[in-house]
Amino acid sequence: MSRAVSYENSKYPQMPYDLIKEMFVALGIMGVLVLLLAAVFSTPDVPALTAKQVVQQAPGLLVQTALEDLSQQDPISTYGPPYSNTPGAAQSLGPISPQTWMGVQTPVNSAQVEVIQPLEKAAKVNPALNQPLSIWSQANLKQQTAWVSNVQKALKQANIVNSQLVLPAAQSPSYGPVPQLINGYLALAQSGMLEPAIDATNGPVPATNRTDSLLLLQDESLADGQYADKLNMTGDEWGIIKETGNYPGAVWLWFYTLLYHIPPFSNSDSADLWVVLTVTIVTLILVLTPFIPGLRDIPRGVKVYRLIWRWHYREQRRNQVNKS
Amino acid sequence: MERNVPMEHLLPDTLPKFVHSYVYMFGILTVAALVWIIATGTVLVFFGPDWWHYSPVGHFFNSMHFWAVQAFFFFMVLHLWAQFLMASWRGGRHWTWIGGWLLFLVSIIGGLTGYLSQNNFDSQWIAVQGKDAMNAAGVGGFFNLLNFGQMYGIHIFLVPVVLIVLLAAHLLLVRKHGVVEPLPYSGGGTSDV
Repeated sequence: MSRAVSYENSKYPQMPYDLIKEMFVALGIMGVLVLLLAAVFSTPDVPALTAKQVVQQAPGLLVQTALEDLSQQDPISTYGPPYSNTPGAAQSLGPISPQTWMGVQTPVNSAQVEVIQPLEKAAKVNPALNQPLSIWSQANLKQQTAWVSNVQKALKQANIVNSQLVLPAAQSPSYGPVPQLINGYLALAQSGMLEPAIDATNGPVPATNRTDSLLLLQDESLADGQYADKLNMTGDEWGIIKETGNYPGAVWLWFYTLLYHIPPFSNSDSADLWVVLTVTIVTLILVLTPFIPGLRDIPRGVKVYRLIWRWHYREQRRNQVNKS
Repeated sequence: MERNVPMEHLLPDTLPKFVHSYVYMFGILTVAALVWIIATGTVLVFFGPDWWHYSPVGHFFNSMHFWAVQAFFFFMVLHLWAQFLMASWRGGRHWTWIGGWLLFLVSIIGGLTGYLSQNNFDSQWIAVQGKDAMNAAGVGGFFNLLNFGQMYGIHIFLVPVVLIVLLAAHLLLVRKHGVVEPLPYSGGGTSDV
């Protein structure tokens, strides 16, 4: 009995209440709402972009990507941690740089992981690839880079016919084994087996960790970015908090996404770190609202509570009038 | 347990009369949406992550899961705003407020890992775009948005378990302290903490 007296709620006039009934009513309302929304609006399901699509629709883009990977000029080779050890690439704010502190945790050698190792797998069913792969692996980095550079320079006069790269006649210095490797690569992509071949490098098949194959086309200037642009999904178009077809996505991240659109975040090389730190600090402040004078007094200032408890205040006034 | 939250408070058969507003529905509608998320998610998990891409029935369950998530966040944010505007941390209820925020933050991880588990262009694009923020924060090496297996496991097991535990604690705290009493009309009243 003494417990009930000390329970603050007990000091107020009571009304009957059935928590279980309320829960079932809420479940019913929500069930109908979800069923209706699902039936009327469904959900988007645009298939993931694959290397097979790229080789069929924009083979030059895959050639460009593979050549950048082979010469380690690709965006991941110069990304910094956690993929590569590139001085000055990590985001930082003065001395604060968690990216540098954590170091290279998932190293990615783009030439090996994205191109050479998948081709070595393909060579098991296409032995013609063994010779160019052997020539490539026996050459030093300078020679490899020179071959790739020669092919890149010749690309303007090159054609892609039936998924095969046709370069102008080799001059001196030569293209080395690069044309055969690229053609093997295009054929592997055409078969639909490029991504599994990339991801199977470090684990069993089928791979559940798709880091390496997703990094192949990830850059905004490469296939993923161009595809996203066609679907109006780029960062400038709030692509992270919506789904394809303008369905709502993670709209609750509006504040996080908004920061990327305004200075100083929008014109910083360390925009991601700026945004993450800002969101962390703002979240901490909101979590600790009960302890922050001024912030915790806002509800008393805006007085929306008068609307929420209007029935209670009306009753209070009526009782006071009756008493007087 | 019985000493801290007696049964008559845990499952009350009366409530103060001031609980007289639609804003009190936001919390229970959020819980109801979570029940539907777990129910539809369980069906999706049973048939596997590729099921909904080729089966119309699977696609419908995915749509229910998707819209239940949208409703869940919609009502949770309304609940959060309502509790803020009522200064509901008053009278020693600060842990209820902090716990509510933890629920919101874990739900955001649930939403993110869910979007990443879709196996379509949306998940592909969110993974390659979102990784930069994770890497800048130094967590991309062990919370890898590009690792489908990791994201799927976190989404279907870790997040639901943590959410259920946090929700149980949140509801217990609500019942322990009772619903927050109205502010005096003039805005003064009981201390915040």
